[in-house]
Amino acid sequence: MTHEVLKIDGLTKLRSGRPVLRDVSLSVAAGERVALLGHNGAGKSTMIKIALGLLSPDGGSVRVAGSVPGSGAARLATAFLPEAVSFHGALTGREQLSLFARLAGTGTGPVAGLLERVGLADAADRRIRTYSKGMRQRLGLAQVMLGKPAVALLDEPTSGLDPISRQDLYTIIDELAAQGTAVLIASHALTEVEARTDRIAILRQGELVANDTLRNLSRRAGLPTRLRIVVRGGLADQMAAETGGTRVNGASVDVECAPDTKMEALRRFASMPDRVEDIEMTPPGLEDLYRHYAQEGKQ
Amino acid sequence: MTARVLAVARSEMTILRRNRWLFLATLIMVLFALALTFAGSAPTGSLGADRLLVSVASMTTLSVYLAPLLALMMSFDAIAGDSERGTLALLLSYPAGRGEILLGKYLAQLAALSFALAVGFGIAGAAAGLTGGTSPESLAALLRLIGTSILLGGVFLAFGHFLSALAGSPAAAAGAAAALWLVFVVLYDLGLLGAVVLDSGGVFTTTFFPWVMVANPADAFRLWNVAASDGVALTTGMTGVAGSLPTWAAPLSIVLWLGITFGLAWAAFRRLEP
Repeated sequence: MTHEVLKIDGLTKLRSGRPVLRDVSLSVAAGERVALLGHNGAGKSTMIKIALGLLSPDGGSVRVAGSVPGSGAARLATAFLPEAVSFHGALTGREQLSLFARLAGTGTGPVAGLLERVGLADAADRRIRTYSKGMRQRLGLAQVMLGKPAVALLDEPTSGLDPISRQDLYTIIDELAAQGTAVLIASHALTEVEARTDRIAILRQGELVANDTLRNLSRRAGLPTRLRIVVRGGLADQMAAETGGTRVNGASVDVECAPDTKMEALRRFASMPDRVEDIEMTPPGLEDLYRHYAQEGKQ
Repeated sequence: MTARVLAVARSEMTILRRNRWLFLATLIMVLFALALTFAGSAPTGSLGADRLLVSVASMTTLSVYLAPLLALMMSFDAIAGDSERGTLALLLSYPAGRGEILLGKYLAQLAALSFALAVGFGIAGAAAGLTGGTSPESLAALLRLIGTSILLGGVFLAFGHFLSALAGSPAAAAGAAAALWLVFVVLYDLGLLGAVVLDSGGVFTTTFFPWVMVANPADAFRLWNVAASDGVALTTGMTGVAGSLPTWAAPLSIVLWLGITFGLAWAAFRRLEP
């Protein structure tokens, strides 16, 4: 797992004199799934374009499977899914995928199987013009799987997909990782990458502000867990005043507690059976975490 | 290398067939060439040329307008369209180089254009020959017309790719292509005409005018066909200019333009950031 196929070191990129990426270092090992999160304009797409060799860096170095991005070897090793890709409407799905297969040098052998794999077997000989957005995205995903790439760069792969297609997408990403592909997923759809990635990197205004597992990030951020106390008999106001929480409605109070005081608070509420009817616990989610890391510097 | 060029060309050819460009271009060529052949057959007797030769002369004038127009219409979307759809970045992430992609698209479009020109001029030429007789000279003129039309189309295909890579959006590329056509095919000649009238037989008209004229690929195409055949020259009334230039001037101009436009397209495409 220490074999780093995508290696980004001190990457800096300027656009009209202003840095859009500042000293970013990030590696993805073979078989690893890394989520790259950030607001629009945080530098995610720029980073992917540099890794593809479509843009050249102004500082630092990028290696894809040991080669310079854009070189023949690097391009053979890389698969890419552009954001909201749409293909030429006059071609059929099969023809479009066959073109990519010929360019990738795999021949058209795997085409039919891949179309089946992404659920486009029935639509394979229809013009892409008639495809829905989700079908185009799946066609894009089919070309990612051509020729067992060493690195897969996916730019907002879930945009425009319905929930079931998203599940399929993550199943396919898991398969890619299982065959040893290093997968980098740029996204701002946070909740779904939560369980499906090994590591999370967060870009904020061109700087990498976080790069760790979800669990370590949560611990370091020290974000509070929210307890929602359902209070009996209209005592919500009194409870809110006593605990320093905020009243949500006539019967509930929200209390936020830090990771180290959580158990203590739970015990306290649990020992008030006459007043507390129920306790709902919401641990900090990726959304909160993202907000924490993405806005840290602004406060 | 060639396998990837062919893969791109094959895909582009499918697109040209599907979006009916191949069919439309061929239909336009056939209709116009036939119409000109039969409308322009009146002066045959008086000039002592066979009907095919007169037909070639009319079709030469037609080709000056149509070959660049069809070429630009086929090519303006080639790069800007892919760029807008997001397919260009994807295409460039594959092991195909930019030169291979450009060449593949170019070859497919050149093949489609050649087909349209050959079929259009071929049918019209056959009709003229069958009804009004042929001669070795008129057959050679017809073949020359088809060949040089393809070269002229090739220049404007590359122009189209250049504009397509430069423009950034298909709409902008289409506008630029229309402007380019207008300048090279219409305004340039009007400008020259104005200059000659103002100069009224001075140094410009006698010394520079033929060279300025042959510097335009569309006019070079016309001069090439005129200079190579006395019959065509006679029926187009361009003997004067054609006679004052060395025979290599027009072919050289077109070949240079092919190089220049392809170089421009390549340079613009290389700098394009998808």
